[in-house]
Amino acid sequence: MLEVRNLSKSFGGLKAVTDANLDVPEGSIVGLLGPNGAGKTTCFTMIAGFTKADVGTVRFRGQDITGLPPHRICELGMIRTFQIVQPFAGLTVQENIAVGAYLHHHDRRDAMSVSREVGKRLGMGAMLDRPASSLTIAGRKRLELARALATGAKLLLLDEVMAGLIPSEITEIVGIIRQIRDEGHTFLMIEHVMQAVMSLAETAYVLNQGKMIAHGPPRELVKDPSVVEAYLGHGAAARLQEGSHA
Amino acid sequence: MSSLILPAVLSGLMMGAVYALVALGLTLIYGVLHIINFAHGSLLMLALYAVYFLHYHLGVDPYLAIPIVLPVFFALGYALQRGLIAPMSSGSEQNVLLITLAISMIVDNLALYFWTSNTRTADIAYAYDTVEILGAYLPLGRVIAFVAALAVAPLLWAFMAYTRTGSAIRAVAIEKRGAELVGIDVNHTYAICFGIGTACVALAACLLLPTFYVTPQVGYTFVLVAFTTVVLGGMGSLVGALIAGLLLGVIESLCGLFLGESLGQIGIFLAFILILLFKPSGLLGRAR
Amino acid sequence: MRLNSVGQIALVAAAIAYLLGVYFASSPVWMGFTINALIVAVIALSWNITGGFGGLSSFGHAAMYGTGAYASAILQVKFGLNAWIGFGAGILAGAAMGAFIGALAFRYGLRGSYFALVTLAFAEVLRICASSFEFTGGGSGLQLTLAPGIGNLQINDRTVVYTALLIVVAAVMALTALIKFSRFGAYLIAVRENEDAARALGIDTYKIKVQAMAISGAFGGLAGVLYLQLWLFIDSTVVYGSAVSVEALIGPIIGGAGTVWGPLLGTLGLHLLGEGAKHLLPNAPGLNFVLYAIVLICALRFLPQGLVGLAGRVGPFKKKENDNA
Repeated sequence: MLEVRNLSKSFGGLKAVTDANLDVPEGSIVGLLGPNGAGKTTCFTMIAGFTKADVGTVRFRGQDITGLPPHRICELGMIRTFQIVQPFAGLTVQENIAVGAYLHHHDRRDAMSVSREVGKRLGMGAMLDRPASSLTIAGRKRLELARALATGAKLLLLDEVMAGLIPSEITEIVGIIRQIRDEGHTFLMIEHVMQAVMSLAETAYVLNQGKMIAHGPPRELVKDPSVVEAYLGHGAAARLQEGSHA
Repeated sequence: MSSLILPAVLSGLMMGAVYALVALGLTLIYGVLHIINFAHGSLLMLALYAVYFLHYHLGVDPYLAIPIVLPVFFALGYALQRGLIAPMSSGSEQNVLLITLAISMIVDNLALYFWTSNTRTADIAYAYDTVEILGAYLPLGRVIAFVAALAVAPLLWAFMAYTRTGSAIRAVAIEKRGAELVGIDVNHTYAICFGIGTACVALAACLLLPTFYVTPQVGYTFVLVAFTTVVLGGMGSLVGALIAGLLLGVIESLCGLFLGESLGQIGIFLAFILILLFKPSGLLGRAR
Repeated sequence: MRLNSVGQIALVAAAIAYLLGVYFASSPVWMGFTINALIVAVIALSWNITGGFGGLSSFGHAAMYGTGAYASAILQVKFGLNAWIGFGAGILAGAAMGAFIGALAFRYGLRGSYFALVTLAFAEVLRICASSFEFTGGGSGLQLTLAPGIGNLQINDRTVVYTALLIVVAAVMALTALIKFSRFGAYLIAVRENEDAARALGIDTYKIKVQAMAISGAFGGLAGVLYLQLWLFIDSTVVYGSAVSVEALIGPIIGGAGTVWGPLLGTLGLHLLGEGAKHLLPNAPGLNFVLYAIVLICALRFLPQGLVGLAGRVGPFKKKENDNA
């Protein structure tokens, strides 16, 4: 569904992303992992059209979308969420979701009824009329998902949707993501919470210092020394290879 | 026509130095507090009246008024920031702009009420003695202003670079929270900075009055030029403000020469719009 | 235009009572004064579209107001066209000016204080141009030929003028409400709250902002044309001066930016205050602006949502939807 080829970006002299390749098959949940500053969010901003890549192509459902602005990409059915969720504070929860729904439902009544339905599906039925600014972090994360779903997008790029949640909330949102996937959506998610990636993603890519260093099923990735080294530094690698320096 | 260009450029440079001086205060405030002080021109107008009345009632020469006006306006600036702008703005950039706009409305209209809209000039005879520079004759007062303004920029820079207060100001400008953590009183430093910015305006008033006039509206003319200078020079850059001020003085003077007096300022505003649109980081500024 | 508290209903009722009471006032001064306030309310409603809903705070709404007034005046004085044509042309010219400024400013990503300053600079450039060229009447301005009659949009009867202005203000407010509860309005508010999130949700934020400037410009042009037809005279300071820009933003901020009733309530309140001050201190031109400024500072600090927000806290209803008035 999504094919990323040779994506590269540098800011001044700093190479943020180099030659990144990535495939997201339809109906799957794919993880994008990597330590802080590895270039994950930069990858996302390029895929979703927020920044222009220096080189490389992005294809969505076979169509070349490289360089398209974010709103065009969203119209085609791919949407990103943000790590720091900021609901539109002046609006209610339902109106927030409606901003997404308006993309394909120009009439207010239609958009509001779509947003009610999406909100209920994500377990927000009781909060629809509350001001969005009154939501807890977990509520805001759900709202972010609901808003994205309401646009009718088929591929959702989630940027650390679990960050800042307590374990019971993570379990809930994992359930919600699985439910949405089963309804026919596809996910590419940046995630730090390993247990979530383990239980959700079929495949994951690991990005370190702007380069894709590994990809495969998450359970195998955690055993990969280069991945461990990327996360824990050279000390860990040394310990893994105990004896070689003794 | 060409014989007129050199004098126009020189007289533009003289005026530009004063623009630079006014803009130095504004850019300092922007660079540290990251706020746009809309009342800057009104404070200049107030200072011009102060210098005017000192001369009119007490016979104080505008240049000798510097040691009186400067500290007073420093204190005024300090008090405005600490007592009004900071507490009333709740920390929002938009609110600061609106509050300083409100301050300028209050100052301008009170000036209109108390001092009427009459144009006043101080009769300082020697200020109009001419000095010959490169074949152009320039009023002594303008030349003094030029030299003084050029001298202030390096002084201000040295103050920022070498004094304790200067380094505190720089620290707050770069990283407010970090400065707070190492024990710098941020509110005090902000107010000091606002005070210095206002003192720049007072100095400009002392240098300007001998060859200029004062009305309650004069601040408005200057504030837009000062914004242009600050943006062109790169928000927060002292050297940039100096260069930009001189450049704008010349632009205004040449536009006045070729398009007619009343359109002189058009050049400045068009420059402003073009810079905001194409290079908002200015000549020497960092990216926004 | 849903009101959701006892306080808001009381506030709006008071305003309507005042506006109707003007018909029965013993002195014609009340009507004359309120006519002026209503024209200011139109430019305030214009500012409210961009500044209130869109969070695009302009310091130069005089650019649209003046362009509307000048376009109509030039067509009438220089080309001898009918006032009604001028009326329509003025609105279109205001919209075009708004779209032009917006297109330039937003193309380069200006926002916040930078947007405020660039709009101010545009208004100043227009003011200086209007005062410099013979075509625009130069320093002496443009004077319409006196020709009373509805065909020339020159009405002598104050009561008719007043009624017409009430209808215009009501229409602009109705349009504002329509915008607020439409897709466009939701998009505009989304742009105000978080532009990146709005873009991610498929909103062409550049287009939305330019459209908002065009609508705002049309209302601004309308206000300028109304002023012209009332006074039959304009010059550069009167219609392009900074006082217009200040009045455009101050009413909505005090009344409640991004609400339907806020701009009218704020403008009426301020003008009543200014008028009261004029009676106490008759020989103080500009004193009303000193008062406005003081009220503005207090409102920024103590009434972040303006009068409408304050009234909203007085006896709120249990509501199904969280709409502000």
